[in-house]
Amino acid sequence: MATIPVETGFIIAGLLFLLGLIGVLVRRNIIYILLAIEIMLNAAGLAFVVAGAHWEQPDGQVMYFFVLTMAAAEVAVGLSLVLQMYHKFNTLDANLINRMRG
Amino acid sequence: MTAIFYISAAIAVVATFLTITRVNVVHSLLYFICSLLATGVMFFVLGATFVAALVVIINAGAIMVLFVFVIMMLNVGPQSADQERARLRPHVWIGPGLLSLLLLIELVYSLGRYHTGVTSGQTVGPQQVGTALFGPYLLAVELASMLLLAGLLGAYHLGRGVMTFMDRKP
Amino acid sequence: MLSLLWLVPILPLVGFAILAVTAGQLARKAVSVIAVGAVSLSALIAIGITVAYTITAPAGTVYSQTLWQWMRVGNFAPAVALHLDALSMTMMVVVAFVSALIHIYSTGFMADDTGYSRFFAYMNLFVGAMLTLVLADNLLLLYLGWEGVGLCSYLLIGFWYRDPDNVRAALKAFFVTRIGDTAFAIGIFLLFTSLGTLNIPAVLDEISTYAPGSTLPTAAAALLLVGAMAKSAQLPLQTWLPDAMAGPTPVSALIHAATMVTAGVYLIARMHTLFVMAPAVLLAVAIIGAVTQLVASFSALTQYDIKRILAYSTISQIGYMFLALGVGAWAAAIYHFGTHAFFKAALFLGAGVVIKMLDEEHDIFKMGGLRHRYPLTFWAFLFAALTLAAVPPLTITFNSKDLILNQAFLSKGGRGLWILGLIGTFLTAAYTFRMVFVVFFGPAQSRPEKTPARSMVAPFVVLAFLGAIAGIPELLTAIFGSQNLSSFLRSALPGPTRDFPSADGPWLFQLIYVATALAGIAVAYLLYERAPQYTRSVVSTSVGSWLHRWWFADWGFDWLYQKLFVGPYVVLARINRNDVVDLFYKGLALISRVINGLLSSTVNGNVRWYVAAVAGGAVIVVGLVVIL
Repeated sequence: MATIPVETGFIIAGLLFLLGLIGVLVRRNIIYILLAIEIMLNAAGLAFVVAGAHWEQPDGQVMYFFVLTMAAAEVAVGLSLVLQMYHKFNTLDANLINRMRG
Repeated sequence: MTAIFYISAAIAVVATFLTITRVNVVHSLLYFICSLLATGVMFFVLGATFVAALVVIINAGAIMVLFVFVIMMLNVGPQSADQERARLRPHVWIGPGLLSLLLLIELVYSLGRYHTGVTSGQTVGPQQVGTALFGPYLLAVELASMLLLAGLLGAYHLGRGVMTFMDRKP
Repeated sequence: MLSLLWLVPILPLVGFAILAVTAGQLARKAVSVIAVGAVSLSALIAIGITVAYTITAPAGTVYSQTLWQWMRVGNFAPAVALHLDALSMTMMVVVAFVSALIHIYSTGFMADDTGYSRFFAYMNLFVGAMLTLVLADNLLLLYLGWEGVGLCSYLLIGFWYRDPDNVRAALKAFFVTRIGDTAFAIGIFLLFTSLGTLNIPAVLDEISTYAPGSTLPTAAAALLLVGAMAKSAQLPLQTWLPDAMAGPTPVSALIHAATMVTAGVYLIARMHTLFVMAPAVLLAVAIIGAVTQLVASFSALTQYDIKRILAYSTISQIGYMFLALGVGAWAAAIYHFGTHAFFKAALFLGAGVVIKMLDEEHDIFKMGGLRHRYPLTFWAFLFAALTLAAVPPLTITFNSKDLILNQAFLSKGGRGLWILGLIGTFLTAAYTFRMVFVVFFGPAQSRPEKTPARSMVAPFVVLAFLGAIAGIPELLTAIFGSQNLSSFLRSALPGPTRDFPSADGPWLFQLIYVATALAGIAVAYLLYERAPQYTRSVVSTSVGSWLHRWWFADWGFDWLYQKLFVGPYVVLARINRNDVVDLFYKGLALISRVINGLLSSTVNGNVRWYVAAVAGGAVIVVGLVVIL
């Protein structure tokens, strides 16, 4: 199987993560934001898996499993919130939903 | 096999980039699924066969289907794509791009100081993962189940009123 | 009898406590009985103690009574203890007796005042504090009494507090004496840190082991001198006393003539060993005294407010006492204190009677011709004035000042001081009889209807009479060769005895003094009774009017202090109106508000903004990790 430098794996994970971050920061549509968060979670999971592959231990995969669980729960709640938001404000623009302004 | 890893990594990065730049939600979703599949290949090549399967089944399968359902329910039409295009003027990329670039430089620099070595390429199969999950990580698994339950209940509760609203909408 | 000593200071304090607790609820009669009763009883006990002491003096001529231990802090354990020797006994009996008479007088003088109970409460507190001061066995207790009389002085000067001028005068007295009190306190600290005790005999014993003129005695004596100067209104801290006349006249008589202002004299006499160890300071005491009496005499010549004349006269007479202390004639100083307490209190009480009868008229040039209307007051006032001017044989107390001058002349290098004192004698006679002639002789300016109450005249006459005959104990030696007051006081105040080389000396000098005093009276008679127009013409010349204004304004001391201290202080206060120190705290508040504004503007409810902030934080943290 593939033997790659661990740093390379981390940099790929970092690249994916930063793309996700750019997505969160740039997009105003809340569905895109959720999608970008998924990207970031996935990138973080990739880093775990690379590390686990390096040590030949299952722990990296276990962590990915937990990340996945969390992502599932988050998406379920997040998408319900998106529906509610659309119901209440009739928009998906995150900028317009700033009621938590201090 | 190493070449396959790099190829799929390139695919993943490109697909992700496309995900965040598309104006049509469904296109973005498809690119993201592509990126997830590429990640799954990377996992497989790294020897993490169990999570490779999980990515395909749960992430690319279940979660993305959830997205598709919601997009369908929200009934976003072509005017939404125009709206997105209008929002994505070049200057909005500058700030986040710079921030991310800075973070990337720092990341590369700090990683460049170490040479941990290479991944082994040995397969860590589902049996080992399962043993670990229900051995030392049993408590975490229980907590994860609680989390999923909470997500389920939350989604149900939040989504309740919306359904009637959806029904009423012509 | 001596064991009743503790009652002397306690009784007036008890009277004060009763009057303070009842807070004006008592009838005037009850107030009078309590206040006058307490002080009179105290005075009777004091007289009894004096008699007992003189008949059978206790061993070592000192009787001390420890009431209780005040406090214990490490090695510092001052006791509330009373110390009775010839010095404190003389002071005690004079203070108690004069206080009692003035209390009786006050029942008449203050009869119509709304603050009757308050007045007597303050007066009783004052007497208690003064007796504590006099009888104190250690410096701390003495300081307690010292501050107590200062407080009462402040309260009583500002007794009629509805008039802002009175309040200003009270504050002035308080502030100026505070300078001295601070120096005195520092002196006490210095003595305690160096000697480890505040018990007066112990301090004096310790201090006499130092070399004369060494640093510690000099510094301590100088600090105590500043305290005494402020309390006794000596140059250059005398400015408060003339203004203190804003208080009721009995207060001026008791506090600002007879008792409190002589506390400085008492302090120096009490600590005389310390001052002997500091010859430079002792010389300063003499010079201050001589100059003060001269300066104050000139000022007294130009005043037209009868109480201010007497105030300057008080300053001047205390100057004589300081002169006596400065040349080491302790007994002479205390002797003069005693006679001065009588005749000056009498003069003030007489002035009070006149002022009261003329409806609060203070200007002597609006009085005039009162000798026919108030003959008793006139004669008593005349005798008190004669005692002040020292004219034998009409007064027997003529020699109290003369002793001082003799001692000054006989002390080493004291000729200059003697000449100053002699000029002062002339001026004293002049300003005293200027007052007498203007007030009681000449054409009547008004026809007062009132007659003074008997309770006012009686103490006044008694004091004037006592003042005139107070010299008897001192004269006894000259006539019968028995023990006189000075040798009695010498048991507590061992000082140098200086005698004229020849037996004719005293008579010769006595003649000089009498002649000087008579010359002063004659000048006053000429200028104010025979030919007042000549006085006017002298004052109307440019030099005359300039001198008149200068002396009238107390040699410009007030003006100088106004320019030197008050003015700059007011300017500083004005600059600091917005509180410079506060700027720091206001700046802190401003910075907090700015930061608050910045931070709360970051909480804008925009999710993406929060994410950006988290990312920025990550950049910074990772950057720090990378750099460090």
